[in-house]
Amino acid sequence: MRIADESGLKELKNSVLQERDSLRPCITICGGTGCHGYACEKVIAAVENEIERQNLKDKVSMRVTGCHGFCERGPIVVIYPEKVFYQRVAVDDVPEIISQTIINSKIIERLLYTDPNTGVKPVHEDDVPFYNRQKRIIFGNNGKIEPTNISDYIALDGYGALCKALFHMTPDQIIEEVNKSKLRGRGGAGFSTSKKWAITRASKKGMKFIICNCDEGDPGAYMDRSLMEGNPHLVLEGMIIGAYAIGAHEGYIYIRNEYPLAVRNVGIAIKQAEELGLLGKNILNSGFNFTITVHKAAGAFVCGEETALISSIEGKLDGPRPRPPFPAQKGLWGKPTNINNVETLANVPLIIERGADWYSKIGTEKSKGTKIFSLVGKVNNTGLVEVPMGMTLREVVFDIGGGIPKGKNFKAVQTGGPSGGCIPESLIDLPVDFERLTEVGSMMGSGGMIVMDENTCMVDVAKYFLGFLDDESCGKCVPCREGIEKMREILTNICKGEGEEGDIELLEEIALTVKETSLCGLGQTASNPVLTTIKYFRDEYEEHIRNKRCPAGVCLDLISYSIDAEKCNGCGACVRPCPTQAITGEKKKLHSLDQEKCIKCGACFETCKFDSIIIK
Amino acid sequence: MITLAVDNQEITVKEGTTLLKASEKLGIEIPTLCYHEGLLPYGACRLCVVEIFKEKENRMVAACSFPVEEGMKVVTSSDRVLKRRRMIVEFLLSRCPDVKTIKDLADRMGIKKPRFKSKNLDCILCGLCVRVCNEIAGIGAIGFVSRGKKLKVDTPFHMASDVCIGCGACSSVCPTDAIEMELDAVKRFLELLGSEHKCRYALMGLISYKVCSNNYECWKCKIDQRIRDALGTHPIFAAKKIKKEKVNQYFSFLKKIQE
Amino acid sequence: MDFDRVDKILKAYGMKETHLVSILLDIQTEANFLPREILSYVAKKLGIPLSQVCRFATFYKAFSLKPRGRHVIKTCLGTACHVRGAVKVLQTIERELGIRDGDTTRDFKFTLETVNCLGACALGPLVVIDNDYYGQMNTTKVPKMLKDY
Repeated sequence: MRIADESGLKELKNSVLQERDSLRPCITICGGTGCHGYACEKVIAAVENEIERQNLKDKVSMRVTGCHGFCERGPIVVIYPEKVFYQRVAVDDVPEIISQTIINSKIIERLLYTDPNTGVKPVHEDDVPFYNRQKRIIFGNNGKIEPTNISDYIALDGYGALCKALFHMTPDQIIEEVNKSKLRGRGGAGFSTSKKWAITRASKKGMKFIICNCDEGDPGAYMDRSLMEGNPHLVLEGMIIGAYAIGAHEGYIYIRNEYPLAVRNVGIAIKQAEELGLLGKNILNSGFNFTITVHKAAGAFVCGEETALISSIEGKLDGPRPRPPFPAQKGLWGKPTNINNVETLANVPLIIERGADWYSKIGTEKSKGTKIFSLVGKVNNTGLVEVPMGMTLREVVFDIGGGIPKGKNFKAVQTGGPSGGCIPESLIDLPVDFERLTEVGSMMGSGGMIVMDENTCMVDVAKYFLGFLDDESCGKCVPCREGIEKMREILTNICKGEGEEGDIELLEEIALTVKETSLCGLGQTASNPVLTTIKYFRDEYEEHIRNKRCPAGVCLDLISYSIDAEKCNGCGACVRPCPTQAITGEKKKLHSLDQEKCIKCGACFETCKFDSIIIK
Repeated sequence: MITLAVDNQEITVKEGTTLLKASEKLGIEIPTLCYHEGLLPYGACRLCVVEIFKEKENRMVAACSFPVEEGMKVVTSSDRVLKRRRMIVEFLLSRCPDVKTIKDLADRMGIKKPRFKSKNLDCILCGLCVRVCNEIAGIGAIGFVSRGKKLKVDTPFHMASDVCIGCGACSSVCPTDAIEMELDAVKRFLELLGSEHKCRYALMGLISYKVCSNNYECWKCKIDQRIRDALGTHPIFAAKKIKKEKVNQYFSFLKKIQE
Repeated sequence: MDFDRVDKILKAYGMKETHLVSILLDIQTEANFLPREILSYVAKKLGIPLSQVCRFATFYKAFSLKPRGRHVIKTCLGTACHVRGAVKVLQTIERELGIRDGDTTRDFKFTLETVNCLGACALGPLVVIDNDYYGQMNTTKVPKMLKDY
């Protein structure tokens, strides 16, 4: 059933809304990948069964939504219309939720979230501190819609921006509006989206392409995944508007195969949009044609780089190509090609619908709008957070993130993935936007924010990133391939206690060569983790090199495990997990650890409930 | 036409000219390894990095692939450039300590011993062989395998290729002599059925007849030899020249180069 | 896997080289790995050099040219998992199974692989076996996890 025109879309929206009773309770269960990890599918099945069993089909509805962001507390259940927020819901809790909360409107205390800092138990989703400091203009709808149901999206004014763009704006006006909004690419360097569009539009050659880059490779970042899984139509709508603005009739979505749910949901979304005439030939009878093909990526970080991505879609795979020519001039099959990141495209419908003036009120002078960060690592409330640009790191990590677990000390935040850097505690009040992050030697990247505490070794972190890049470098250009390997070798030696005086200077020299002479963005930014850790944590490097000590207790060759004679009560819990039988001792007596046998696997440390295993 | 300055000398060249070409015209030499006139720019060895200045911008780019821009200032041998090039050669020297080309380069730059562990390899992964086999011969008998530090040039599954025509172009472009022509292996082609014999000139559509007077032993082919002498390079590159000039018959081409 | 199945996959993607990654992924899903003769067949059918197909098959981490075990263990080594101790988890799995990253146990029960980020960072350290997620892993949980199979 195709929608004929703009009024047809409005009619459809109204009929969807009419069918729904907004006061009827609706149980929404997060079906994002995070919650899947906590077996939310079992909770979903239990809710279905319970509704069936209690014969409540007419009284309550159920919706499996996309990611709510608060992945740490999954599986998450939110009950509408009051937005009662339950977390860590297990299958056994389901009958009670139905009989208590749905039927008797009673709140189940134990399922509520408890603020670890204040002990307060907020009942409603909006009162949870993790959410109430955020500004969820892009991500907020994830929790309200079923991603595989286009009606849900249309009910929330979905595709309204597309109508506005197609019927009330010229392509140039669209580009101008995006220009006024100062939207910048959310995938890496933060290039102006409107400028990119304008260059592609200006290319006079016939065929043009638009590509949506969902090859989210930054380790520690997963906002694109959650958007694609949870609200695929938002991305499609942004992409269609972009295509119309630049004059492209073919589009590609390049998406990681490691994201099966996202691949599935975007495929369903494309089909649904085509059936309704929102995609394909003659969209909404406007005369504009646009088709989208999904391309799967098979695990290569470098393919997030625009030219490498293009060569992969072409079926050639000759790695990153020298630029210029830029893709906007000569891209896919030699035609002008515009590549935008998922989150960037998700911003577009909002800008078109609510206007650039509204949008540009959010954020800082040069970085407008919001940014979704994945707040992960050593932080209490891990998950996806959407905040206005310019919020300080302190607010994100401590107010939203709830601080560091187990009362440990905060040490650093790593942003920007392997291209980014580590920001130390002294810069915790840094407002987060494109400029500020670059100034301190890191970058926005796709928005990974990995929190590190006192038990994180910064030399090890630098070594980790180089290991990642060593594995992911395509190997085409010499500085990236050889330079990263050399830096990795030096760092490995330092972590082994074989570092020498002069290593830090040699590292810096190699890092600059790799940074300045590499072919593509991967190599050009590969030195950032090394350079920033040297800049802010030089003493830690020196401690490794001169005193052969790892202050954080991470580098295996520089540490040893031992048993604290005062704390050990001889419970024996650590004896069995030890794979090498290094721990011996009689029950209720002090145990001893044989250093010869110990392989430093940490099993005893994890088992001991009395903190009597010491790492030195 | 675009005017720029290379090492303070002004020059005007056609749009789309690379910095390497423009410098060449001024007689300024920039070292290269992965560059070949007959192949598309690849930008992999990064030895040809130069510094560019444009308005507020100052960065390093690869001269072999970066196109000239109006008003641009190029510096081909500043301290910074030389320092970076030296490090790149040091990388390569630790990779291939016994390769003459690299040793000579290192000597010229004053590098005695690399500060890194040596790997004792022959191949610098410049990709010339792979590109000539794909771009020029159109065969694709060899290609890159794997990625990153495991990257290497190889035939599929590391087995003798069944599509290689034994033209030897890969071996002739290799700057480090990492590819050797094995005459025995080439002779393998002679055992093929008559219909499967391939003359590289026929394959490129330069000649149409099927029978070769040299029994497909290219190293005895006089045409081949003549083209080689005339071009001063492997005859495979003749194909591109012929195609470019739209000379369909190799006779007229031969005539032309004999003149 | 027979050539008829390969033909069907190739047809589903319109016999186009642009879909090479998707074609190889589908083949691997069915055949468990990428057998040589099938790669040669794909190259011939698509009319592209075999070297080009091999380039894809060896470039991407998702592809395997060797037969894999009945269960594929993917250990995430993303940053979030790393700072929470993913390396120790990996080492424990390696020790338990007696194989290294990338190898398959002799009985073809398990293949151990590492992934550079699975995008479920809140669950870290994360191990995925086939399609089952094991979040917030530590060394002591490893033996129990492996016993599930």
